[in-house]
Amino acid sequence: MVKDQDYLKKTASFCINLAKKLGATDATAAVMHSISETVNFRNKKLDESDRSDSLGVGLTTYIGKKKSSISSSNLTEENIQTLIERCIETTKITPEDEFNSLPDKDLLATKINDLNLYDDDHIENDEKIEYLKEVEEVAFEKKEIINTETGFSESKSNFILASSDGFLNGYKSSSFSASCVAVAKNANNKMQKDYEFTSTCHLHDMLRPSQIGSLAAKKTIQKLNPQKIESEKISIIFDRRISKGILSVLASAISASSIARGTSFLKDKINEEIFSTSINVFDKPDIVKGLGSRYFDDEGVKTKELKLVDQGVLKHYLVDTYYGKKLNLKSNGRSGGTSNLYFEKGSISYKNLLKLNQRTLYITETIGHGSNLVTGDYSVGATGFMVENGVFKYPVSEITIAGNFNDMFKNITLADDLEFKYSTNAPTMLIEGMVVAGK
Amino acid sequence: MNDFFTKTDLSRKDAENIISETLNKCDDGELYLENFKSESIVLDDNKIKSSSYSSDLGYGLRAVTGEVVAYSHSNEISKNSLKQSADNLSSTLKSQKGVYNHEIPKTNEKLYKDTNPIEEKSFKSKLELLKKINSYTRAKGGIVQQVTASFAGEHKSIEIIRSGGEVLTDVRPLIRFNVSVVLEKNGKKETGVYGIGGRQSYDEYLKDDNWKKVCDEAFRIASVNLDSKPAPAGEMKVVLGPGWPAILIHEAIGHGLEGDFNRKKTSAFHNLMGQRVASEGVTIVDDGTLHNRRGSLTIDDEGTPTEKTVLIENGILKNFMQDRLNARLMNTRSTGSGRRESYKHVVLPRMRNTMMLNGKYSQEEMIKSVDKGIFAVSFGGGQVDITSGKFVFNCTEAYEIINGKIGAPIKGATLIGDGPSILKEVSLVGNNMMLDPGIGTCGKAGQGVPVGVAQPSILIDKMTVGGTQL
Repeated sequence: MVKDQDYLKKTASFCINLAKKLGATDATAAVMHSISETVNFRNKKLDESDRSDSLGVGLTTYIGKKKSSISSSNLTEENIQTLIERCIETTKITPEDEFNSLPDKDLLATKINDLNLYDDDHIENDEKIEYLKEVEEVAFEKKEIINTETGFSESKSNFILASSDGFLNGYKSSSFSASCVAVAKNANNKMQKDYEFTSTCHLHDMLRPSQIGSLAAKKTIQKLNPQKIESEKISIIFDRRISKGILSVLASAISASSIARGTSFLKDKINEEIFSTSINVFDKPDIVKGLGSRYFDDEGVKTKELKLVDQGVLKHYLVDTYYGKKLNLKSNGRSGGTSNLYFEKGSISYKNLLKLNQRTLYITETIGHGSNLVTGDYSVGATGFMVENGVFKYPVSEITIAGNFNDMFKNITLADDLEFKYSTNAPTMLIEGMVVAGK
Repeated sequence: MNDFFTKTDLSRKDAENIISETLNKCDDGELYLENFKSESIVLDDNKIKSSSYSSDLGYGLRAVTGEVVAYSHSNEISKNSLKQSADNLSSTLKSQKGVYNHEIPKTNEKLYKDTNPIEEKSFKSKLELLKKINSYTRAKGGIVQQVTASFAGEHKSIEIIRSGGEVLTDVRPLIRFNVSVVLEKNGKKETGVYGIGGRQSYDEYLKDDNWKKVCDEAFRIASVNLDSKPAPAGEMKVVLGPGWPAILIHEAIGHGLEGDFNRKKTSAFHNLMGQRVASEGVTIVDDGTLHNRRGSLTIDDEGTPTEKTVLIENGILKNFMQDRLNARLMNTRSTGSGRRESYKHVVLPRMRNTMMLNGKYSQEEMIKSVDKGIFAVSFGGGQVDITSGKFVFNCTEAYEIINGKIGAPIKGATLIGDGPSILKEVSLVGNNMMLDPGIGTCGKAGQGVPVGVAQPSILIDKMTVGGTQL
């Protein structure tokens, strides 16, 4: 069983009190406990089981404007005492930083409306195995599939965040996920792989095993016998797996730290049009059972829904206490990043989006770390399909796609197929004018 | 040596009994105990941005039978907790039966000193040095917009207890020093990053003002990029510089030669053993035995001494990298490649220091032979799909080559290729092999482990460059 709030509160308070006693003017502590159980299956046989029991504490001490942190998974009182003493000693000799401080008291979360983020259901490993068997049996119905690897994971977590300002709050959450990676082989022994998965807060919201197995198999088989295409300028469609990545880039580029440090291609773009006028972006922390939902941020600051981009115009940075003070902005509860971040859905259907151009490259996978947030330059390896007049013609691989986010953002058209499968979500996305490098 | 049994109700004898009881009907397994201390100090934006220290303690109990691995880990080293783990393993492996393999090779050679880099250099002197580094780098001119410098030190003690009570231990120091510079000129911004590190104390790397070279290099890379033009798009010849660009080998070849993917037949290399996979003259080894290197280990995380494993010899595929599980199932021996990020992770076959050995050509000869292509000197990260064999890596410093001469610098671009065929496109292998500066971390199945790479300059006849200029 995951440890209860009383235990975590007691430990967190012990840390705060000890830090104060040893000379800290302020302190924050986070105590977390999680237990997860995973079963992995391969080719219809048990492959691996993994049980993880993880308890940890993170503590930051302040002496005036000086600050230092420690963390540990060894929660004996003796060890905690040694570490806090060390932390205080380090804090004393760390230079002052005028922006170091606890969050403004009036911004701290006080009221919590239940978002149903915890499901007490437990699924035994034997039941997980039954689920995975079905996933693999369905995937193997397709003769091209030669290998499947599946996994089912259940995780329960609890945490408490405490500060010397009196904040003492936390909550339980749960996560259930299952995935299937399939490998298919063509007549020349060339292999491709693809996957499908489901991840939810509540056990009963998971996809059925047969859905996962058949989607994984279908997606993998579609990729067989890919071609390499000529280098050209072409319209690109990002599948929903990939389009959400554009929001992750946006989130990094508008974090107060990137802005304050001057290392973002979106610096000084607040209140300017960075997307075309049809684009709206929301970050909504209070979605019931949302994968990114939270009651407060990593500092205990209350989180409210933000319309980050309104008709193409950038309206907010993602602000925490430290960089907020530096930029002369109030924290908007985004220490630790975004919550449920999404593009508002577009007005065109998926089918019509495919038909907008006579030829379109449909991207289902990118590899590499080719996003440069300082310059906005983007270049990654890609896999996908050539689409002609709205019809998928053949798979494409060993190509790269490249552009600059400043241009790409302004050339986005969104379909109306937004779904909430991840914590960051986007509809299928068309971007005009990118460059493909192939032959 | 760390003693894991002094401050707990679990005695060594109790632990040995639980281990032997749990593992005696299994093929393999062990109790892995870890005491991990780490420190990170970051200077950013003219200030000490963060200083943190972490102390982690925990165990992982593993039982292996047939192809099945059962694993349970916890940070509570106690009788109760270990018993719960043992029960969890037994319930997974219910009907599976094996015969425990007691054999494990031994070594007396230590590849690094038993030092604790965190304590060897005082916190105060690290802070002072970071301030010096910041001033030195910012003094290079008004175009310096941002400087980030960091120290990261680790000290990891591990103990492996096998069924029957056999004990293997290792103490692993590791440090890394990194500098990142952002320059701005005429409204254009570029970044340069450089770092050094390995399994020694900080002062081994920082002596003789060696840190200045790191700052200089980060500044130089950013300066070069300020003058860069858009990269070309399409297939062309590529000359790779020596040292760190060997992450191409790590991604393109290395991962595909790890035992697990080949046992499961999901690697594009699984049916190519003994066959030609590279040009004549290409020899690649994975070596865990280089003294003090980031990717080196005296023993791997199953207790097997590391070795120099020949993967490809003169173009012919010779060996895969193996941990004990995959070696047993493929009827071969462990190459000392069984690694895990921490006690929270299962063992997987991984790379250590992956190196292409010297050939006979000079880098000049290679560049002279290219009419139109690019010369890639430094890289960011890379990634591979081991099933299709497609891999990428991102240039952070590259130049065009026109008519046998190095031309203008080009913007960072992704290079993409096909693992099983790329080494056949290597037409010239240089004579200037260099080790990387000690900064690599390899990710696999959510686990990061420190690795090294090395290579001489090489000429690749055909690769796709992912620029924007058609």
